[in-house]
Amino acid sequence: MALKMPFLSLKNLSRSFGTTHAVADVSLDVNQGEFFGLLGPSGCGKTTTLRMIAGLEKPDGGSIEFQSVDITNLPPERRGFGMVFQNYALFPHLNVFENVAFGLRARHKTKAEMTERVTSALELVQLPGYEKRAVDELSGGQQQRVAIARAIAIEPALLLFDEPLSNLDVSLREETRSELRELVTRLGLTAVYVTHDQEEAFALCDRISVIVGGKLMQSGRPRELYEQPAEISVASFLGRNNLIKAMRLSSSKTSDGEFKTLEGGHTLHLSVKHDDLAPLNKPVYLAIRPEHVQISTNNNDGENSLSGHIREIVFGGATSTIRVDANGLLIEALVLRTNGLEVNQPLNVILSPDHLTLLK
Amino acid sequence: MNTDQAKKTIRVYPWKSVALLLLTITVLLYGVIYPNLSVLITSFQRGGSWTLANYREILAQRIVIEAIVSSLGLSIGTVVFCALVGVPLAFLFERFDFPARRLFAALAALPLVLPPLVGTVAFIFLAGETGILAHGIQNLLGLANPPWRLRGWPALLLFHTYTMYPFFYVLTGAGLRRIDASLAEAARSLGASRISVLRRVVLPQLTPSLIAAALLTFMTSMASFSAPLLFGGDVRVLTLEIFTARQRGDLTMAVTETVILAIISLGALVVFQRYEGTRKFAAAAMKGAPRRRVSISSGTARALATIAAIGFALLLVLPVATLFLVSFAQEGSWTTQTLPSAYTFANYQRIFGDAYAGEVLFNSFTMSAIAAVAALLWSFCIVTLLRRQRETRNFVGEGWRRLLSLLILIPWALPGTVVAVSVAEAYGGPSLLLGSFILVGTFWILPVVYFLRFMPLVVRALQASMEQVDPTLEEAAGSLGARTWQRFMRVTLPLVWPGAVAGTLLAFVIALGEYVASVLVFVPANRPISIAIASELRDFNLGTAAAYGVVLIVIISISMVVAGRLEKLRG
Repeated sequence: MALKMPFLSLKNLSRSFGTTHAVADVSLDVNQGEFFGLLGPSGCGKTTTLRMIAGLEKPDGGSIEFQSVDITNLPPERRGFGMVFQNYALFPHLNVFENVAFGLRARHKTKAEMTERVTSALELVQLPGYEKRAVDELSGGQQQRVAIARAIAIEPALLLFDEPLSNLDVSLREETRSELRELVTRLGLTAVYVTHDQEEAFALCDRISVIVGGKLMQSGRPRELYEQPAEISVASFLGRNNLIKAMRLSSSKTSDGEFKTLEGGHTLHLSVKHDDLAPLNKPVYLAIRPEHVQISTNNNDGENSLSGHIREIVFGGATSTIRVDANGLLIEALVLRTNGLEVNQPLNVILSPDHLTLLK
Repeated sequence: MNTDQAKKTIRVYPWKSVALLLLTITVLLYGVIYPNLSVLITSFQRGGSWTLANYREILAQRIVIEAIVSSLGLSIGTVVFCALVGVPLAFLFERFDFPARRLFAALAALPLVLPPLVGTVAFIFLAGETGILAHGIQNLLGLANPPWRLRGWPALLLFHTYTMYPFFYVLTGAGLRRIDASLAEAARSLGASRISVLRRVVLPQLTPSLIAAALLTFMTSMASFSAPLLFGGDVRVLTLEIFTARQRGDLTMAVTETVILAIISLGALVVFQRYEGTRKFAAAAMKGAPRRRVSISSGTARALATIAAIGFALLLVLPVATLFLVSFAQEGSWTTQTLPSAYTFANYQRIFGDAYAGEVLFNSFTMSAIAAVAALLWSFCIVTLLRRQRETRNFVGEGWRRLLSLLILIPWALPGTVVAVSVAEAYGGPSLLLGSFILVGTFWILPVVYFLRFMPLVVRALQASMEQVDPTLEEAAGSLGARTWQRFMRVTLPLVWPGAVAGTLLAFVIALGEYVASVLVFVPANRPISIAIASELRDFNLGTAAAYGVVLIVIISISMVVAGRLEKLRG
């Protein structure tokens, strides 16, 4: 791996409000040109982290380095980062032009340059000719675009987004999402994007840090996080997951792990490296995504095949969920079709060792 | 090391905060702390030594006890009557829709903006024993004497109810609008009757509004001076006692009574606030829809409601209309007739032509303007200082913030009489803070008193405007590169100035008609309009007194319209 200086680097960042630790010891690196996500449930500290990057919040401890310069104590106006706020924070007393030009005025740009940059920023967000409009005449989606135009007009070194799409309705959100990503890529900007919506984070971000309860749980590419969650909090936050409480068996002699589930008493095999093996006789969690659970109506007794019966069938449109009771262990499976399946019907669920992950 | 750095950045320009804090503390020390302490100390001293003798002597006088009891009784009675009038009116006009509803709703708060002295004078012209109503009935029935005398308890309660019921009307109305209609619907669906919905759902939620209204009414009534002075008859209230004691030259008695009045007023504030604090009320953050007005469709009820609305509207307008009429009456032309018999512009010509009258108008204008502008500037200092800042640690801690807010509130909570007496007591001779400079007797005494009395209004208006400004706007400005001063000039100020100016205008017009405090400390050099009205009245120049009143009302109306526009501009 090539040695690369991180573009933005958070080191052991902490911030408390009263007795609550909003952000506790968060360290992460963002590379240049990267679209980086901070993902987590509401109140997890991701917005506080973003506000500390922006300079709007002072950390209690730790430091922030930007291009290897410590900017921890730099006031926001001297950081030159563009920020898009959740409620857009458009100045209600200024029109669209003046909103977009706000940062340029603070930089004492000439009138000509200001006009040129505002015009091009508005073109980039597909709002050409909206200069004279009052911001309260605009729709939510248009206000959002103005907020983005305002942030990119200052040619920011880093673009920060605080749940910018959460106030839009679903169809507009998806459309804006892809435009946003395209815009950031086209301008070659680096972005840090806060969201609680995993689908949004997966669709937009090159890399994501999952933050839960103020702590950074795991960082990685979306697929990595989804398929190999390292923590139970990550596994349960990122989409639906079957969490199986199990214990490693002492009799295991192969390189594979052999586990016994606490519910149902099934034996499961897991392909893990030796040094990753869980301690003996201590309950751990195994996880498998519902879409990776296979079902079989034949009574097969292959590896990790558990027999049970259908408890419930939940129709969900494109896919449906089957809940199978395997001797007291409840497993959810995602299927495309429910033809020929009935409640109480005997069924085998196969938890493929490739998809089973061991959580810490 | 890191925390050291953080501290450094947080207090980049601590001198600004220090300067603000020093200015704030200086003003509060000179204006609030020192005068009030001097009054308190003087009341406990005689011949240079500490003693309770003043209180012992004063409380032994029947007339003082009577004044305390009368003040309390009048205030409690006023609260009860105002509630009886204001609350039902609020229900009627908030919950039902019928023709002429808006007519009354638009005029409802009119008595609140009338300067108390002008209101009192108008009331005398309308309902006094020599007023239009009494004369009318007397002439109509051919009676030898006026059918009633506007004197004593009934007169005071009537006038107080007329001028102070808007507290209950306005606050109950606002409270009703805030109540989520779905709560009442939920209660009905759970089987509660209309009455029990009112008792168990609506009233508990109205409690904060009712308490606030009761407090405002009580304190305004405690501070009332013009009405007891002009038609209180033998009802002696504390404000009046303090005034007469000072006129007699019995300063010790005036000061001691002032302390008693102050204690009652502040005590009411504490009691009411404590009561409010002990109960939990529904969170205001709910997103419920307000209840829609029910259109009264039954013919009789609709007609009755309409007539009532028109009747109440007339009641509100009549005193002002009377004042207008009398302002055109030729002096001496109105003796036993129902209406004045001859009309003229002479009264207005006098006001605007006469050098003496011109000086009075000029005095009131300059002094009120000085006080209001000073209050505005000072408000920006105090609000900047007290504002919670999210991005940095606060310069002023929570305890200090509370203390400062309380000190600012004190001159507002104290009756005007108390403020004037305390300033007069503190700066009536060589003083600790001003040395040999004696403020009392100079032009500046009134601007200072006006500033102290009405500065809390401006602070509150500005604070309210500030609270409405989304803090992320300043953050956005910061992230776009704007420095502190630029953020203030380009974002905060454009957003708050309408509210701030509206508050300043309000303070200005109230100062313009101020009488209670002015009468205690005015000097010939700063004689304000209210003093001129009172002296014209004493000389039976009714028309001129009324004309002054009309001029005040016109200025107030214009200012209120401008303030209303500004409020809208803000929204």
